[in-house]
Amino acid sequence: MGIFQMTKTVIRNLLGGPATRQYPAVPARTSPLTRGHVAFDPSTCRSCSLCSKRCPCEAIRLDKEAKVWEIDRMRCIACGDCVEGCPFGSLTMEQAYLPPVVEHVVERYTITYVKPEKPAKKPAEESAGA
Amino acid sequence: MPERIIVPFGPQHPVLPEPIHVDLVLEDEKVVEAIPSIGYIHRGLEQLVQKREYTEYVYVAERICGICSFIHALCYSQGIEHIMGVEVPDRARYLRTIWSECSRLHSHLLWLGLFADSMGFENLFMRSWQLRESVLDVLEDTTGGRVIQGTCKVGGVRRDIGQEKLDEMHRALDPFEQNCRDLGDVFLNDDTVKYRLQGLGVITKDEAYDLGAAGPTARGSGVAMDHRETGYAAYGDLGFKPVVETAGDCYARCAVRVKEVYASIDLIRRAIEEMPGGPIDVKVKGTPDGEYFSRAEQPRGEVVHYLKGDGSKHLARARIRTPTLANIPPLVKMLPGAQLADVPVVVLSIDPCISCTER
Repeated sequence: MGIFQMTKTVIRNLLGGPATRQYPAVPARTSPLTRGHVAFDPSTCRSCSLCSKRCPCEAIRLDKEAKVWEIDRMRCIACGDCVEGCPFGSLTMEQAYLPPVVEHVVERYTITYVKPEKPAKKPAEESAGA
Repeated sequence: MPERIIVPFGPQHPVLPEPIHVDLVLEDEKVVEAIPSIGYIHRGLEQLVQKREYTEYVYVAERICGICSFIHALCYSQGIEHIMGVEVPDRARYLRTIWSECSRLHSHLLWLGLFADSMGFENLFMRSWQLRESVLDVLEDTTGGRVIQGTCKVGGVRRDIGQEKLDEMHRALDPFEQNCRDLGDVFLNDDTVKYRLQGLGVITKDEAYDLGAAGPTARGSGVAMDHRETGYAAYGDLGFKPVVETAGDCYARCAVRVKEVYASIDLIRRAIEEMPGGPIDVKVKGTPDGEYFSRAEQPRGEVVHYLKGDGSKHLARARIRTPTLANIPPLVKMLPGAQLADVPVVVLSIDPCISCTER
């Protein structure tokens, strides 16, 4: 009978448990590749500004003089292009989705990377090189 | 003669999440004319091509639509690759095919759910979306994104799928296909669905062809037109035959989509079995100089990306023709003669995606 096609599914649904997750009591499903949000490490950033140049939605702004790195979370689309392009590993993609916000705030970091001083060349080496 | 009244349908309505607006001219409860209007969510994404580098624009192209996102990125990348003469590695072509078919699967399952909802079949709606969730989980595991994958790039793909994950996907396909067949059985054979859909919104083969229908709307009327037949990505290696129904009514369009779900599962299975090894991308150097019409088959029909480069890192022009735009004239032809209560079902039967249409 054509009207009983759904019966098998209905019985299976009645016997089986709920198909949905009791979020937020049970955390949302993520995978190791999930693009949640971009995390920034100010101690390794060398202000090359590749991230802000690559960003397709202009969410990242870098002030080299003031050593300030900013990300506008409402513009960021978590595409991961900046993470891919960062030559110093300062940017990482975290799995967790950020909670919703009610006002527009730009996240600001002060870059703490200090360029290591070059060891002074020994006079003996200099003369050998010459 | 009964008095004519105009009932505005949309842009916000309970059944469709898409802001399509149709002015329905009614005689009593019967539609005699339908006047569509769009333009509620235009975002200017084509213009943006002049401000973003051609490699970055893939991210924008992907966000034209939230459902066929991967295929937009694929179509754009193929266009740029053709202009620049880049040969994509075999493994990348196969991975693109798998993700394209996963996109098609989740799009069709989403549509089947919405369609059941428009008929008032809530249980079937829930069941379709439950199945769709397992496809989204696979997409998230392999690409990192549920609906916006972000894996396609000019010159190949960004991520590989490991052999372990491919085997896991292959094992999961059989139970998934069984569930889909149980679901498809209800759509194809249940009397409730048949009484509601058969003979509704009929469009003949000639009308569909003349009005330029695309995708399942055209195939439901017997026009065997599927761009996957041309063999882009790995479809040429895998072999593919379009799913065609001839009745041209809402039931036929539904049947095309149900059978395309089975066809997609089969394509994914064969792509996994025949997956070649090797690199997943090639380094792209230089800038595009030239123009090309890139075409690909989306769940809703054929999408066309016209791309024109002038030798700089920004493209000079992009023009995107999406399948829903092609399917609106057939929709206007389908609606006259339908009852007002059937309008949501008929409108949904073309699978309108207005965010694609307006870009």
